[in-house]
Amino acid sequence: MDDLAKALATDLDTAFPAVVDEMGKKLFWGLRRICGDHQEAEDLTQETFIRAYKALDGYDRERIMTMRLQPWLWTIAMNLGRNHLRDRSRRPTYTELFETGASDPEPLDGVAWDRRLSSLNRHQRTAVVLRHVVGMGIEEISEATGRPAGTVKADVHRGLARLRTVIEEEK
Amino acid sequence: MSIESQLSSLIGDLPAGLSEGVALGTGLAEGYDYYESAIGPVVVTFNPSGVSSLDIIDGFEERFAERYGKHLIRAEAPPAWRRHIPEAIERGAPGRLPVDLRSVTEFQQDVLRATATIPKGEVRPYGWVATQVRRPKAVRAVGSAVARNPVPLIIPCHRVVRTDGHIGNYSLGGPHLKQELLEHEGALPEHLEELASRHVRVQGNASTGIYCHPTCGHIRRSKTSNVIDFKRITEAEEAGFRACKDCRPS
Repeated sequence: MDDLAKALATDLDTAFPAVVDEMGKKLFWGLRRICGDHQEAEDLTQETFIRAYKALDGYDRERIMTMRLQPWLWTIAMNLGRNHLRDRSRRPTYTELFETGASDPEPLDGVAWDRRLSSLNRHQRTAVVLRHVVGMGIEEISEATGRPAGTVKADVHRGLARLRTVIEEEK
Repeated sequence: MSIESQLSSLIGDLPAGLSEGVALGTGLAEGYDYYESAIGPVVVTFNPSGVSSLDIIDGFEERFAERYGKHLIRAEAPPAWRRHIPEAIERGAPGRLPVDLRSVTEFQQDVLRATATIPKGEVRPYGWVATQVRRPKAVRAVGSAVARNPVPLIIPCHRVVRTDGHIGNYSLGGPHLKQELLEHEGALPEHLEELASRHVRVQGNASTGIYCHPTCGHIRRSKTSNVIDFKRITEAEEAGFRACKDCRPS
């Protein structure tokens, strides 16, 4: 991760695609689990990266070097909502020339988990996904969501408890 | 399996097209698409700032790589100005279409903006463009700026002709295409060559006392019997004619 920040600080344009490769999956699938909608998660992921690039373009080397990229990306993602996507109409859109077949394999049980996660409130759902799907630490989640670490911890705890109940009820 | 470990397996692959979308949205890659034009199909490249280049299809990727060195992705133009592209190509003027001229110098951008004001069906000599950008002596530099036009057809560099009136060269596929385009736009290239061979630079209308570039609408609409040929602007001035305010001969 730090290597990535270093690479970005040295040559943003060359290193940026590696950030997308490295962090795109977790960002997309995290957002997908939080918002429950494939298209919206895709739009948000794309928008997050585009804003990240623009921001990095204006930062000096020192600042980029010391960045913690994952929580920073998630801060951008969390600040974006449906309403922030209006810029999209001014952007070129990719034309898929070939059908790529298995482009979006939903992990096993994805649908079931969407249903279970939808029984959590927004904060719990975000906290559980960031903690256990994305794999972020409590401090990082606190940084990304702007909620105190203690609150995040409680959200994760209550969210997991709720999931256990939901799964129990399925049986 | 614990809930925690089940949750950690809920990550799949990156959706197809996402990294391409990011590359296009950041401008790290240029999008390209094909359009029709008076000289056949052409390829247009674009990024979030605007249309960045136009070229004939044959050999486009090699030329693009050499000149811009950017990654290319087949894409659709941004919806907000998708329909402006064919319009701009047809009219030979950017109109509302944003054009990204960052690949050329500021002086060259000024030259290209002045070029974009030449109406369809008319032509202007390099010297005229030089006067428009307030560098009347920089005729050669204007010539190379026009030759570097990244968006021919949209910025109508085919409407800029040699100072002696001959049609001259064209960066997009050679002089025969320039001829063809001017023909298509009704600028009568054969007539222009004929005037050039007689060294005619401007023409005056004897009844209005105004002189114009030979393709200006005002002189075109004049009765042939009223039209007087001049080899030099000073000649027209000495004969008591004044310059047309639309085509601003120079």
